[in-house]
Amino acid sequence: MGSLKIENVKKSFGSVDVLKGIDLEVNDGEFVVFVGPSGCGKSTLLRVIAGLEDATSGNVLIDGRKVDAVPPSDRGIAMVFQTYALYPHLSVRNNMSLGLKQAKTPTDEITRRVATASSMLSLEPYLERRPAELSGGQRQRVAIGRAVVREPKLFLFDEPLSNLDAALRVNTRLEIAQLHRRLSATMIYVTHDQVEAMTLADRIVVLNGGRIEQIGRPMELYNSPANEFVASFIGSPKMNFIDGAHLGEPKAKTVGVRPEHLTVDAKSGAWKGTVIHAEHLGADTNLYIDTEKAGLLTIRIFGVYDAEPGATLYATPNPAKTYRFDADGKTLA
Amino acid sequence: MSKATHSLPRTIAAHAVLIAYTVIALFPVVVIIINSMKSRNAIFRTPLSPPTPETFDLVGYTTVLAQGDFFLYFQNSFIVTVASLFFVLLFGAMAAFALAEYRFKGNTLMGLYLALGIMIPIRLGTVAILQLMVASGLVNTLTALILVYTAQGLPLCVFILSEFMKQVSDDLKNAGRIDGLSEYRIFFRLVLPLVRPAMATVAVFTMIPIWNDLWFPLILAPSEATKTVTLGAQLFIGQYVTNWNAVLAALSLAILPVLVLYLIFSRQLIRGITSGAVK
Ligand SMILES: Nc1ncnc2c1ncn2[C@@H]1O[C@H](COP(=O)(O)OP(=O)(O)OP(=O)(O)O)[C@@H](O)[C@H]1O
Ligand SMILES: [Mg+2]
Repeated sequence: MGSLKIENVKKSFGSVDVLKGIDLEVNDGEFVVFVGPSGCGKSTLLRVIAGLEDATSGNVLIDGRKVDAVPPSDRGIAMVFQTYALYPHLSVRNNMSLGLKQAKTPTDEITRRVATASSMLSLEPYLERRPAELSGGQRQRVAIGRAVVREPKLFLFDEPLSNLDAALRVNTRLEIAQLHRRLSATMIYVTHDQVEAMTLADRIVVLNGGRIEQIGRPMELYNSPANEFVASFIGSPKMNFIDGAHLGEPKAKTVGVRPEHLTVDAKSGAWKGTVIHAEHLGADTNLYIDTEKAGLLTIRIFGVYDAEPGATLYATPNPAKTYRFDADGKTLA
Repeated sequence: MSKATHSLPRTIAAHAVLIAYTVIALFPVVVIIINSMKSRNAIFRTPLSPPTPETFDLVGYTTVLAQGDFFLYFQNSFIVTVASLFFVLLFGAMAAFALAEYRFKGNTLMGLYLALGIMIPIRLGTVAILQLMVASGLVNTLTALILVYTAQGLPLCVFILSEFMKQVSDDLKNAGRIDGLSEYRIFFRLVLPLVRPAMATVAVFTMIPIWNDLWFPLILAPSEATKTVTLGAQLFIGQYVTNWNAVLAALSLAILPVLVLYLIFSRQLIRGITSGAVK
């Protein structure tokens, strides 16, 4: 139980087409992450799955059952929102149990589920508090707890960590990963943050302008991106794109090299250039080099590398790790 | 930094302005109240001085209370004001929620139409309203006044509340939908508490013109049984002789209920602000 199938879902707001035909299958127990630039329709797709928006056309199937006419509360889903969306007038306990009360769950069952969820998320000390009396991280845990007690077939997360500070984000990310393992529930997770996407996902769905660009395991997307967009979206710092004509590559409009697949040398190499800026991160160093042949390149070097701005360096790409894209942005074999 | 916010001259200046404003605003009210407790001669001889043992006289109040029906007038005013307020807030908030929350054809147009009443005074339609009330047999009933005041208060209420309701987080309403709350529960339990400060503001703005109105009581409900306080107080203003003691006493008494309502709403206002929405 807990599979999801989306068939050619389209959604328009007035004359604006936000989703332009989405097909997707999510297997039971899978953790699927939607990534994509702002405004590409990630939240809209999630709301269509939840039943908070009606699709203009197409079908949504949960567990093989068509749910287009089923209200959100009966779809067997739970959703965690970016803004937490806790009920301000209810205590933590009542926030978590409201949905179950609405569904006429027996009281002792509600008590049991709230107890399990709150111990799982270490929320016991706060059960009688109002949301206003909690910190941001605690509020988001309550929101997750509220989803857990519903024991849904499908968890939907809409950028749940983006309001938290960096340290808390790492902790909560871990908690979500553990939750997924413990409940072995199907989860769909929307994020901007590619670290979250790479670390959490079984499969990543890259969306752009209301279309799916590519679906695949994190390493598949990293190693063999289907097109220029996916190549630029996955990986940080971003892949370098070089005009194919400059490099004497007749077939490729653009050539891409990831910053970590370039090496530098002070004496010889493929592309000569000048250091513009160096970022020292401790574990690695990002160099920005302006080359004559390939333009501005970002290079990621593992460990410490001393380079003064203005110094001359030679950059060499790893030929096995360069990508070629045609005029439409498609990856060439 | 703290010097700038706590410097003595600034504090004094700020308080001076506030005190001056308070004095100006309260002056007429205070004059009415002190004169309501003086004898007729003293009212005219020394209108600004407080009552002294010689001039102290409650004849105004005894006249008003002896008039017998004054309690009834108060009751009428109170019923009309509270009932109108209730309907304005209920229907206004519901309409505002629909306009703010649901996408349907003609949403914007409907919003403009509902707000039109802010610009067109309802009194322009007095003749038609009177004909309507006569035809439906509602003349000389409190129902007539309640209906008219509800109509009068709705446009501003819808206009202000729909702006506020647009700001209530979509996520919160969606969370409610996923938990299986009906649209009515979402409206009453999630949205209304969050716009309570706006409701209190609308309530104050709606209540005062209704309580003070003379026009519609005079036209629609002038009978003895349905007179409101403002209409009842006219009794003491004659064409040739005016019983100033009684008029001032009636006005002083008329302040009280509004004051009580105002206190209730302003407490709501403060509570609404402090309990706050949760982000
Ligand atoms: N209710 C609406 N009416 C009209 N347009 C809308 C509505 N909701 C969303 N849109 C439009 O749909 C597009 C996609 O919105 P959506 O919220 O799905 O983006 P997103 O991918 O979640 O972006 P972000 O990462 O910034 O959250 C946006 O261009 C937005 O302007
Ligand atoms: Mg979004």
